[in-house]
Amino acid sequence: MRATTHPFVFTGCVELREALDVHALDERELLDRLREAPADSIFFHTHGYFLRHRPFTTAWGNDFARWAAVELRDPVLGERLAVVDPFAFPALDGLREELVTIVDRHVRDLGAVVRLPWGRGFHFQQSHVVEVPLGVQATTLREFRDALSTVDASAIYLHMVDARARRGRGAGDFAEWLRAALGRPALAEQVGRIDAYLTTLERVRGRLLDLVDAVLEEDGE
Amino acid sequence: MSRIGEYSQVAPPGTVDIVERLAARVRGRRFLHVSGGRLGGGSAATLRAAIPILDDLGIDTRWEITGGDVAYYATARALQAALEGGERVLTEAGLEHYLAMNRVNVRRLDLDADLVLVHDVQPVSLVEARAGGRWIWRCHFDCSGAQHGAWSFLRPLVERFDAAIFSLPQYAHRLGVPAYVVAPSIDPLSDKHRDLGPREMQAALASLRVAPDKPLLLQVGPFTPGYDPLGVVNAYRIVKTHHDVRLVLAGTAEGDHESREILANLREAAQQDPDIVVLELPADAYVQINALQRAAAIVLQKSVQEGFDLGPAEAMWKGKPVIGGATAGNAQQILHDVTGYIVRSVEGAAFRIRHLLNNREQIPRMGAAGREHARRAFLLTRHLLDYLALMVHLAP
Repeated sequence: MRATTHPFVFTGCVELREALDVHALDERELLDRLREAPADSIFFHTHGYFLRHRPFTTAWGNDFARWAAVELRDPVLGERLAVVDPFAFPALDGLREELVTIVDRHVRDLGAVVRLPWGRGFHFQQSHVVEVPLGVQATTLREFRDALSTVDASAIYLHMVDARARRGRGAGDFAEWLRAALGRPALAEQVGRIDAYLTTLERVRGRLLDLVDAVLEEDGE
Repeated sequence: MSRIGEYSQVAPPGTVDIVERLAARVRGRRFLHVSGGRLGGGSAATLRAAIPILDDLGIDTRWEITGGDVAYYATARALQAALEGGERVLTEAGLEHYLAMNRVNVRRLDLDADLVLVHDVQPVSLVEARAGGRWIWRCHFDCSGAQHGAWSFLRPLVERFDAAIFSLPQYAHRLGVPAYVVAPSIDPLSDKHRDLGPREMQAALASLRVAPDKPLLLQVGPFTPGYDPLGVVNAYRIVKTHHDVRLVLAGTAEGDHESREILANLREAAQQDPDIVVLELPADAYVQINALQRAAAIVLQKSVQEGFDLGPAEAMWKGKPVIGGATAGNAQQILHDVTGYIVRSVEGAAFRIRHLLNNREQIPRMGAAGREHARRAFLLTRHLLDYLALMVHLAP
């Protein structure tokens, strides 16, 4: 069993949410606010959706799509926004541009729009992620597998989602460690390709474990 | 076992471990809560549960209470009502007296701490005397529609804090300080939410004279227009023509004329139909409410007035599907079509009740989803994580 002197340190997280003074009460305001909202807020309402909706496969994929469909009663816009896969964009500016383009195209064909009351508006938020080292680390693939199966799901989010989208670590922390520290480039590539869109953190954990188990089996472990 | 350890069986896996690890990072810090009273449910109940746990985790946590004379309490109540959007007459003399009484409170109370969380309106002006530490205003109500005069008085005080906390982003008013979002929570080990044995359930229901011999529809909440109990009766009547069910309305009556009239109408409806049960319960009837929620087939929270009432989370924790009115607080708790339904009318409520009664296999499925949703999002353990994250973020 290959071991590394650079252990993988599992870190969980707690999300502290902050309300911004940025609000939209109709489609046109959503377009304007999407252009000016901080990048962290775009992240919160797209990638962050997966941290907050842990137990269930989500119907809309991001907060903008849910709001358009449920509150604005604009199912077409809801569907167009729902299909945007935030994980397909290496940078948040690209994701923002995609959302802006979709809403811009949509409002051009709209006539009069209905303004919602304040309580049903879209209220932009962002979050401060407080990292929590879980006191669990791995120096071998077996140790990695055992730790992965038990750590809090927020660690999956931090290492797979937050690392990729907010901290610019392309394939995520797990893939990077498997490649660079453990010398498992094929497994790293498979882990880096896991599609976290429209699923739950527990299912992502399950897919990770399946991939690692297959390699351990090949190794005769 | 430590106090937090007792929550291992009910919190999501790993949560207690994260609570302990976060607490270790702020161990020894002094965390002070200041509010207008220790009694009652809501935020006071949360503090009664959270403070001993935080203290046990090594955080020096205290709770101070402001007090004053009759005029002080009257002004604080009127100010809060005006901040919630109600029309109230606030006089300069009354507000000046409120400020003066809180200056007396400053001399009386020990406000020295690393993080001071000031709850709601009554103690808010203590911030005038802040010395060290970080100060946060915790607003438990919706102040987005505050009366202009009341907000003009409060805003300069709130902007002397380092930050504010609201239960929902849309409850916040425009401020010059960061506004964090922390939802309220329920304590799963309290009498209102702990597991009940069959005998305890039977005894509680028998004491209320509620027979569990047919599916129970339940709404728990004050007999006030905001909870639309008469709308619930009308929804039940639509359902009753197709299903043999019993409606239980459990709550407290307010002293105002409108509430008394609603209660009179409910009693009249109950006299005409033995399957309508109206229970006027004291505020501390925790075990009885727990038993009713556990005995119910479907729970309603047909609120028509904004407010983050935790009724849906309480029922979901007991594995019940919830049909709730379209308020932001309900929408935050009920995942439509997953843990229950959001409705906008009496007919909508009746339709969803009939749908569930005609497809009964969905009731336990939605209930189970609701319990998991409540476990993740509305238990005290999540609230502790929020408090600790706040300490790490603001007072490391």
